[in-house]
Amino acid sequence: MSYYAGVDSGSWTTKAAVIDGEGHVLGTAVTRSGADLAAAAERAYATALANSGRTRDDIEAVWSTGFGRNTIPFADGSRTELDCHGRGVAHYVKGPLVVIDIGGQDAKVIRLDAAGHRLSHRMNRKCAAGTGSFLDEISLRLGIDIGELNALGRGATESLELSSFCTVFAGTELLTLIRGGKRPADLAMAAYRSLVKRIVAMDVLEGRIVATGGVVAYHPIMVELIGAACRGEVVVPPHPQEMGAFGAALAALAACEAHDTSDTAELVQP
Amino acid sequence: MTELASTNALRATMGEYYRALADAALRKTAPVAWCTSVGPAELLRALGFAVHYPENHAAMIGAARTANRYLPLAHAQGYSQDICSYLTSDIGAYLAGESPLKAYGLERAPAPDVLVFNTNQCRDVRDWFEWYGRELHVPVVGVHSPRAIDDVTEGDIDSVTRQLESLVAPLEQVAGTRLDDARLMAAMRASRDSARLWGACLETASARPAPLTFFDGSVHMGPAVVLRGSDDAAAYYRTLLAELEQRVENRVAAVPGETLRLYWDGMPVWGRLRALSTMFAEFHTSVVASTYCNSWAFSDLDPAEPWRSVARASLELFISRSEAPKERYIARMVEFYDVDGVIFHDCRTCPNNSNTRYGMPGRLTERVGIPTLVLDGDVNDLRCFSDEQARTNIEGFVEQLTDARGAAAPRGAR
Repeated sequence: MSYYAGVDSGSWTTKAAVIDGEGHVLGTAVTRSGADLAAAAERAYATALANSGRTRDDIEAVWSTGFGRNTIPFADGSRTELDCHGRGVAHYVKGPLVVIDIGGQDAKVIRLDAAGHRLSHRMNRKCAAGTGSFLDEISLRLGIDIGELNALGRGATESLELSSFCTVFAGTELLTLIRGGKRPADLAMAAYRSLVKRIVAMDVLEGRIVATGGVVAYHPIMVELIGAACRGEVVVPPHPQEMGAFGAALAALAACEAHDTSDTAELVQP
Repeated sequence: MTELASTNALRATMGEYYRALADAALRKTAPVAWCTSVGPAELLRALGFAVHYPENHAAMIGAARTANRYLPLAHAQGYSQDICSYLTSDIGAYLAGESPLKAYGLERAPAPDVLVFNTNQCRDVRDWFEWYGRELHVPVVGVHSPRAIDDVTEGDIDSVTRQLESLVAPLEQVAGTRLDDARLMAAMRASRDSARLWGACLETASARPAPLTFFDGSVHMGPAVVLRGSDDAAAYYRTLLAELEQRVENRVAAVPGETLRLYWDGMPVWGRLRALSTMFAEFHTSVVASTYCNSWAFSDLDPAEPWRSVARASLELFISRSEAPKERYIARMVEFYDVDGVIFHDCRTCPNNSNTRYGMPGRLTERVGIPTLVLDGDVNDLRCFSDEQARTNIEGFVEQLTDARGAAAPRGAR
């Protein structure tokens, strides 16, 4: 049996996934990216290998993705995160579909056709609004750990609006609401709704919608809000945060299969 | 990337132009007029003005990646960071007392005797010139053009024609000479010949592989912009055209291994021209044509009918038109250059040259089935451009187009 791996070098976290030749996930890992992307990739890969019960010698190929995709010394190839998120999702969910990926630094909307081929993509502008960084900023303003934000938002009873386009201005708005005696739970929910408004403005979100990325993994409330905004169900596939790494592993698998096929094809040529 | 041998001739031609401009400003060999890029240059040439183009100056500032040093100086004057970064970087450079023309002996842009605009491209050019008019106590005259035109009407042409004619008297006064019809006709002929040759150069990119790219074009269009009305431009484009035709004959590609062909709509990102050119070449992708470079290929100038033909040319330009003719134009270009996709540069500070804001990319995809990509950036303000996001967007687009063909991935296994 052959095994493959993918590493997604993201702005906040680095993810790794190890799969078998049929695309089954055997192990994953998530680590902070920090300033040394190569070291983070090494840590994530080593942990994913340990979690999968495999060694480096078992791995046929490792492909990378994410904004640091070209800085990973042990990668055999790379694809963009646009490709890998689409590829990973298409493995689980039949198209046509729309993938919404919300990461720490960017948000993406990717359209796939029935065969899983990419039709188009949109990325957020060069701005923190609409990305995971926005939720970090809001948590800081509320004086809580980011991990507590989802539970806090669940307790919302009053519908508040954060209307600003800008993360800094939204933070100022938040302070105004705090001074006005508004409850932290309602403010947390307002932050989530603000983020969703930015996401649904990126493209027409119709048909089957799939959500991936760290924000979706740690803030399930976002999935419900996106579903409500799009008036439909939002599918969250397995390991949403590691979807890019999984897609990169699938790219490694596809590249090896294509190579094998071409070798065979050469043999049967007259 | 394969460098064009004509680049040496380009340097010589542009150098000669800048030296003449410096002479006019420093030694008073001729009166100096500043002109917007599609302003009435032929009239100014015929009156003996040395003509300076602030847009060309601003593009030089952008390409030298010094714009972000100058922008804050103009912003501090109350000129918003959301308006044209050509305007703000050019005024900022003036306030800093610097110019990319220093190599030609000019510490600042050459002091003008008159400023002449045409608002067919945007309102910002007028505001830009009026700042200098106030600062330098120099007259500002211009043409207030209809914009967002569906079909150019005789009424539109009448209006611009009358305005052009009305510029003659005040410009004669500044120049200290009368307009000579023979000189005007000669300037018109020179512009027409240059525009036709430049158009022919651009059209060679319809060949496979393309002999030049949008990035080459953005540099080699210099004479078409600043030497309108002079025979020097046509002379240069004869040299360039000969080289490009030779390349087509010998199948020499501007991007070796050309696999994908793209069309670029919108302004260049001057501070990243080389970086983007290198990136596309790395992906074996040739950006073969653009709206931008084509905008100086107005070949219908008629020396026998100078005012009306200049008026018509300025109104028929892409940037003067409404969404529908713009969309039809890009659709024609997609077919003519046989491209695989279209990149729309959404230039943050140039709404008039960003065709992304009223749904055109989506409509174009529906109309001709061409994939499109919107790239956020700016012509001069590099704070509005993210290298990482641009790379991911472009590489992702190349992956998409390559996969659609069933070909190998752009990077593939290392």
